[in-house]
Amino acid sequence: MKLTLKIWRQKNAKETGKIVEYPIDNVSPDMSFLEMLDVLNEGLINKGDDPVAFDHDCREGICGMCSLFINGEAHGPDRGVTTCQLHMRMFKDGDTIFIEPFRAKAFPVIKDLVVDRSSFDRIQHAGGFISVNTSGNTIDANTIPINKHDADRSFDAATCIGCGACVATCKNSSAMLFVSAKVSQFALLPQGKVEAADRVLNMVNQMDAEGFGNCTNTGACEVECPKGISLENIARMNREYLVASIK
Amino acid sequence: MSLDSKIPAGPISDKWTDYKNHINLVNPANKRNIDIIVVGTGLAGGSAAATLAELGYNVKAFCFQDSPRRAHSIAAQGGINAAKNYQGDGDSTFRLFYDTVKGGDYRAREANVHRLAEVSANIIDQCVAQGVPLAREYGGLLDNRSFGGTLVSRTFYAKGQTGQQLLLGAYSAMNRQIGRGKIKMHNRHEMLDLVIVNGKARGIIARNLVTGEIERHSAHAVVIASGGYGNVFFLSTNAMGSNATAAWKIHKKGAFFANPCYTQIHPTCIPVSGDHQSKLTLMSESLRNDGRIWVPKSLEDAKAIREGKKKPTDLSEAERDYYLERRYPSFGNLVPRDIASRAAKERCDAGFGVNKTGEAVYLDFAAAIERYGKDQARIKHLDENDMKLVKKLGTEVVANKYGNLFQMYEKIVDENPYETPMMIYPAVHYTMGGTWVDYNLMTTIPGCFSIGESNFSDHGANRLGASALMQGLADGYFVLPYTIGDYLAPDIKTGKISTDLPEFVEAENNVREQLNKFINNNGTHSVDHFHKKLGKIMWDKVGMARNAKGLTEAIDEIAALREEFYRDVKVPGTLDSFNQELEKAMRVADFLELGELFAKDALHRNESCGGHFREEYQTPEGEAQRDDENFAYVAAWEYKGKPSEAVLHKEPLVFDNVKLVQRSYK
Amino acid sequence: MAKSAILKSSLAKKYWMALTGLFLCLFLAGHLAGNLQLIFGNALQFNQYALFMTTNPAVKLLSYVTYISILFHAIDGILLTVQNQRARPIKYAKENASANSAWASRNMAVLGTLILVFIVTHMVNFWAKMHFDANMPLQTIMIDTGGGKQELYLTTDGDYLPKVRVEQKLVTIKNRTEFYDTGADVKIKDGYKDLHKITFAFFQDAKYGLIATIAYVIAMFVLAFHLLHGFASAFQSLGANNPKYNGLIRSFGKGFAIIVPLLFAIIPVYIHFFAK
Repeated sequence: MKLTLKIWRQKNAKETGKIVEYPIDNVSPDMSFLEMLDVLNEGLINKGDDPVAFDHDCREGICGMCSLFINGEAHGPDRGVTTCQLHMRMFKDGDTIFIEPFRAKAFPVIKDLVVDRSSFDRIQHAGGFISVNTSGNTIDANTIPINKHDADRSFDAATCIGCGACVATCKNSSAMLFVSAKVSQFALLPQGKVEAADRVLNMVNQMDAEGFGNCTNTGACEVECPKGISLENIARMNREYLVASIK
Repeated sequence: MSLDSKIPAGPISDKWTDYKNHINLVNPANKRNIDIIVVGTGLAGGSAAATLAELGYNVKAFCFQDSPRRAHSIAAQGGINAAKNYQGDGDSTFRLFYDTVKGGDYRAREANVHRLAEVSANIIDQCVAQGVPLAREYGGLLDNRSFGGTLVSRTFYAKGQTGQQLLLGAYSAMNRQIGRGKIKMHNRHEMLDLVIVNGKARGIIARNLVTGEIERHSAHAVVIASGGYGNVFFLSTNAMGSNATAAWKIHKKGAFFANPCYTQIHPTCIPVSGDHQSKLTLMSESLRNDGRIWVPKSLEDAKAIREGKKKPTDLSEAERDYYLERRYPSFGNLVPRDIASRAAKERCDAGFGVNKTGEAVYLDFAAAIERYGKDQARIKHLDENDMKLVKKLGTEVVANKYGNLFQMYEKIVDENPYETPMMIYPAVHYTMGGTWVDYNLMTTIPGCFSIGESNFSDHGANRLGASALMQGLADGYFVLPYTIGDYLAPDIKTGKISTDLPEFVEAENNVREQLNKFINNNGTHSVDHFHKKLGKIMWDKVGMARNAKGLTEAIDEIAALREEFYRDVKVPGTLDSFNQELEKAMRVADFLELGELFAKDALHRNESCGGHFREEYQTPEGEAQRDDENFAYVAAWEYKGKPSEAVLHKEPLVFDNVKLVQRSYK
Repeated sequence: MAKSAILKSSLAKKYWMALTGLFLCLFLAGHLAGNLQLIFGNALQFNQYALFMTTNPAVKLLSYVTYISILFHAIDGILLTVQNQRARPIKYAKENASANSAWASRNMAVLGTLILVFIVTHMVNFWAKMHFDANMPLQTIMIDTGGGKQELYLTTDGDYLPKVRVEQKLVTIKNRTEFYDTGADVKIKDGYKDLHKITFAFFQDAKYGLIATIAYVIAMFVLAFHLLHGFASAFQSLGANNPKYNGLIRSFGKGFAIIVPLLFAIIPVYIHFFAK
């Protein structure tokens, strides 16, 4: 396949960037999107150019490190995948592909396609945990039976990989899906209920402080989320927060 | 220097308890004055950082990713073992201990493994308390599944994402401490050297990967939790960034490196599709619970399939060779990983491989779909002879159990595994070898600890499925916090370590020099070019089956490649900016040394055991032939300037509680 | 913490959007029921309704809540939109938003602004006249008195007052609707403000009637799209999301979003094209 890539290049956080066009051929449909970028970079290095910086690590869709806004969609046109799982068979010979970083005020660009998502970490620091010491001197794991449906829903919320596609895709750069997934995971479990009110207040407070936008329920995040985190979680957080703030 | 493993005296089941009762403690007020550096934030590093901070130490944690949550522990799919015996199927601490020692082909340290089995149950309690959503049954209690190499169901899991959930648990514990200011987190930082002051590990030199700044960090102890070195093969199931640099740097500073040749090749990975391949994707071993592995019985059929003239579904039962069930009737498809991997290689080498490259075997769910379908039909009082219905019902059950894995497979391979068998092939997955540590998890450098996959640890020559998560968390939550206290107890009066000491200056200068050398090298080939070459040598000659000739060649070839690398590598960009090529260059430089030591270790070990298979040493049936008389020891290598000059130290392995037998899964 | 949270946080802003939005939906339903009398009722019924709506204390209270809701909904919406714009300072070069979200959901601010413009003009056209216009006519009927026609005021006590008495200054109109006996300076009756007449005149105006009708229909389209997203969205914002009932909420929301504006739109069309 022959493709034209239009890639955002930005030297560092301070300088302004621009879209630069790169032609590329010999792309195999079996390649992953990142392998295609590897090939591009190999060529750039051999030519003496600066390779395109992009985040990636596990390349199997679980670490949440890879990002990229491809042809107007977070993680590209496929559904239920991260960029590293996106394969070139999703594109046609001769296609032009826009590749941009995940954009949000709370995700400043570090270089090219690499962004700083530490705002997500700070939200977690504010309350994304259950305050239990790791001494191991706790009750036996089977002491509290947990309704399987709740346990499963908690798990579904917990599968969030923190990639930031929800923010990137949201027209408001809202982090609600991410935050609500964590809030929900714990709110659905008996051991998490103890400090549920403080957790949701603190996490939302931090979320607002980071400069994310507000949720307007467009539902785009759910569609683009590689792990299919449900909007139900956002509603649950709305509920939790409402109750916590009027209590 | 002789190796002292510091194993406490007494009966094996009392060692850990006795040890804990007699160690030195640091009082809470003094812990405030002690700094600890933790490098790596996976299960081991993350849990250690959280626990140490909770105890009151000042922790500085480092990871090269943009967040601790991204450490590659997250990719572990299958589960975590614990001797809970919730299923009442006869499990016990001893049995877990025994299975692990046996599974490791009798090359692990008994005392460490027993401690691991003892604390395993605690891990599950801990994780549940932390809100890790482990799988449950309808009654609300925890569910278990069985895994390769064991006869009990002791594996706890969270669908196919156990590693992710456990890591997020450790990450949440870290977050709590970061929020309280007890952990100072350094994301996007890479440790590039260890600083030793007066014989003790006192700090590290790290590069801020965003700004390129070289930083000095001091502490009273340094904990390395940087994972394994599987990426020495270039293609592996490890993350792209997984590297051995921290472990290798401490090796060069005096930490012995043990058993580098013990590598686990995972049997169920998605086969290589072409030269562009950057990484291999693992399919959880749990698939072997229901999938049957086979290749065609005849070479003609295999050839026809490779050429696309026949489809796997065209072959009748009689034309298929379920070689694991044939060779190992009692464990069948659930034999340990090393055995399953070698058996696949054996069939493919004999010409029975089934994809274009000839390096793939089938993992077939048709039988499971039919079995489950019939069960469901019976349960629902439907016609169990209606094959269409049975297939539909069975597919639902299989989708429920493995849906996410099947979906992942389909995305990568573009084939529907419900309709046609999956193709799998072994890939490098885990490295049992690593820095040598004593019972306290301390390396041969005082004050420098190594935990999780980065130490040579508890798995001997082969790791059983669902044991890596167990070991990582055991080390971090429950072992290191005790042992490090014993070491730090005399350090309470030391006070802050200055980073202006000449040792820091020198280490920083060395790092800077190496980085500058790469930047100014002006070679002609990219870092990946060399990494791929190294990987090919490793896979061809130091991979699943090794022999003296190949290993000797590999040693020479790697040494030559290393020289070429330093001469000809091209690293664009600058030192003081975000520079991913420079990061890679530093890592590959270390792999190029480690690979050679790896081959040297494999060459010296004239036996086959677990993940180390020497073609010269096999039973007539092709099974690994151990040599307990001459090789029942840990090979710990001391760095002497070059891998080829490394000096071997032996830690004899004594087995008082397990009888050494030929490992049999027949 | 908790106190400021309910006022300032991003979630609180959404609660207010949702609550005011849902209240305005209720208002729409009520307003529609009244307006339909323009088709199904006679002029008196409509004017009686208008009188009730402008004088009943409970309704008055409700109307103040409505004004506040509209203001709050608009101001809050503007605040949210500004914040949302700021949350992404550099825009994407290429976006494929239609792949993951509905058009209406992405354009609530634009739709809302148009509706606000409509509300203002609508209020100038009718509400302001009803409330403040000194020249607001009072409802009369013509009766045939054999020899000629006589115009009579309808009064709230169900009686009639010949217009000629006002013309002869026997009766004076004070406070726009009150009939006073001029000599005694005593209030004798109340008249009805003729909103019905105003409305018909507005949409049947030879020059602007057609334009007004079209503009109103367009405004109702805008309202429909706004409701199409807004109705179900309000429930989500308030935390009501349960797979069991989501279908119901969404279907009801869709029905509401289509039927209510449709019925509203039919009224001017009916008046312009079909009514006498």
